[in-house]
Amino acid sequence: MSTILLIEQLLNGLQFGVMLFLMAAGLTLIFGVMGLINLAHGSLYMVGAFAAAGIAGLTGSFVLALIASLAAAAMFGALIELTVIRRLYKRDHLDQVLATFALILVFSEGTRWAFGSFPLFLNIPPALSGTVMLPGGIEYSLYRLTIIGIGLLVAAGLFLLISKTRVGMRIRAGENDREMISALGVDISVLYTLVFALGAALAGLSGALVGAIQSVEVGMGEPVLILAFVVIVIGGIGSIKGALAGALLVGVTDTMGRTLLPVIFGSFMEPSSATTVGSALASMLIYILMAGVLVFRPTGLFGKA
Amino acid sequence: MLRETHLNGLLLCALLIVPLGALAMDAPFIITLATKVTILALAGVGLNLALGQGGLVSFGHAIFFGLGGYSMGILASHAQSFTPLMELPFVIQGTNVMPVIWIVAIVVSCLAALLVGILSLRTSGVYFIMVTLAFGQMFYYFAISWPAYGGEDGLVIYVRNQFPGINTLVPIQFFGLCFAVLCAVLFFVSKLNKSAFGLALTGAHYNTARAQTVGINVTRVRLVAFVISAGITGLAGALFADLNRFVSPTMFSWHTSGQIIIFVILGGVARLYGPIAGAAVYIILEHNLGAFSDYWQIYLGLMLLFVVLFAQGGLIGGLSRREVDHE
Repeated sequence: MSTILLIEQLLNGLQFGVMLFLMAAGLTLIFGVMGLINLAHGSLYMVGAFAAAGIAGLTGSFVLALIASLAAAAMFGALIELTVIRRLYKRDHLDQVLATFALILVFSEGTRWAFGSFPLFLNIPPALSGTVMLPGGIEYSLYRLTIIGIGLLVAAGLFLLISKTRVGMRIRAGENDREMISALGVDISVLYTLVFALGAALAGLSGALVGAIQSVEVGMGEPVLILAFVVIVIGGIGSIKGALAGALLVGVTDTMGRTLLPVIFGSFMEPSSATTVGSALASMLIYILMAGVLVFRPTGLFGKA
Repeated sequence: MLRETHLNGLLLCALLIVPLGALAMDAPFIITLATKVTILALAGVGLNLALGQGGLVSFGHAIFFGLGGYSMGILASHAQSFTPLMELPFVIQGTNVMPVIWIVAIVVSCLAALLVGILSLRTSGVYFIMVTLAFGQMFYYFAISWPAYGGEDGLVIYVRNQFPGINTLVPIQFFGLCFAVLCAVLFFVSKLNKSAFGLALTGAHYNTARAQTVGINVTRVRLVAFVISAGITGLAGALFADLNRFVSPTMFSWHTSGQIIIFVILGGVARLYGPIAGAAVYIILEHNLGAFSDYWQIYLGLMLLFVVLFAQGGLIGGLSRREVDHE
């Protein structure tokens, strides 16, 4: 295995991790501020991807498609927050899980009804297609590199938003003591809708960006949702920093595991069974990672005890 | 208003009468539907022990449902092809005898639950939901990527397994068998709920600190409940695989976990007979709405939303208008 291939896979892992971060950031923010577990977050990811594919099909513009994904996901996010989610804040987690599971059914079947069962395709814009030469003679897809850039930019923006702005201050205050900040005159229900829409928009953006690499189809959000849960469990619920660390860890572990494990097993087994065992184990690797973190830090790497 | 015990009796009678009526009217399809309800209700009764009684919101019970299914699939496929399951260090043959398969399914599910439970019970609340969900997904991907037993395509078993003294290929006989299993498990769980163990479990659910103060080892009680609950769901998985004569990784998918939770919630959390009502309503809906629209899951979703938001206590709670019976 060459170093170039290894670095390429590392970058793929980073790209995957950055996408997971966009999903996990919204989930962890929503949990941290409102105490809500939102299974329908994957549906918002799907909504973003479909909105992007639809607008790109109509206008041909990738930038407009990205804007559409943000807008559509934020809009649907705000809509379900106002109609359903806000009734769930005081309920126990079981009710939240069920209601948001029901929302998944509605979203998935609704999308299937509106767009049909066939996957849509979102093309990589010409300006971003092709590869770039990285230092060290590594050729790498420009689009994936752009995704890493966008993801890191969003992460930085989110940190600034939360640590430096007034809205961020309110979000942090909401995490600590929601009675107090509503007593101080902050309209808590507007803040909740805002946070939910922000999380939804991030999920939608993530869906649109990934939609150009994979196909845009019903149910695409669910595997990502569960990975985002793994990320949050590893990073610690409610912590954006934890979400970033967890996402990169999961992204890199998963991608590297799939490349390296079959090779490692191949060094002492026959090739065919090494591929089988290696890839089966690789598909379980991040869950084993999660189990390991749980044994040593049940509240996650950055979670509060 | 009906009393809950009477309602429970009615429910069980209805589940018995419908297939008998279908037999008289020569409608084998209805018998198969009733068998499906019985088996899924059994899975729900298993989950209800952890979720309802113990307050452990497991979103990973598909693990045990799937393991039960694969126990049946693997044993029966070896019996079907006359190849031993294992040769070293000692020979293990496949089997097509149901009681043996059931025991294997229960033991395998319990062992898996012990492992998953020890890890997951280090956490609580929303972490527990996510962790069990993630472990479920781990089994799902493993089943897909492991090619020895069909991988993504699953396993087909051509002939239903045998039970001594019964022709399991006759729908009504297989139904009777499943019904008897359900009744036995209901009896076992009702005894368990009233035992010191069941009271400790419920106590730990409603007030963990108080249960600990009176000297209950809460984590151990929960772990035992989780393991027993998994064993019951695993048994249901083996029966379900036998009903379809087919096993696939879908049994491990998180939608399966979600469905089993829906049976419990629709019927009413912590009500012993709730999953029967829940599974029956779900299957009837699936069957009728499915004929009426391809997008029937939208209606299912909307209805589920309605139940969660406005009708707490589920069907049995709504009909008997009482809190859970703690006789």
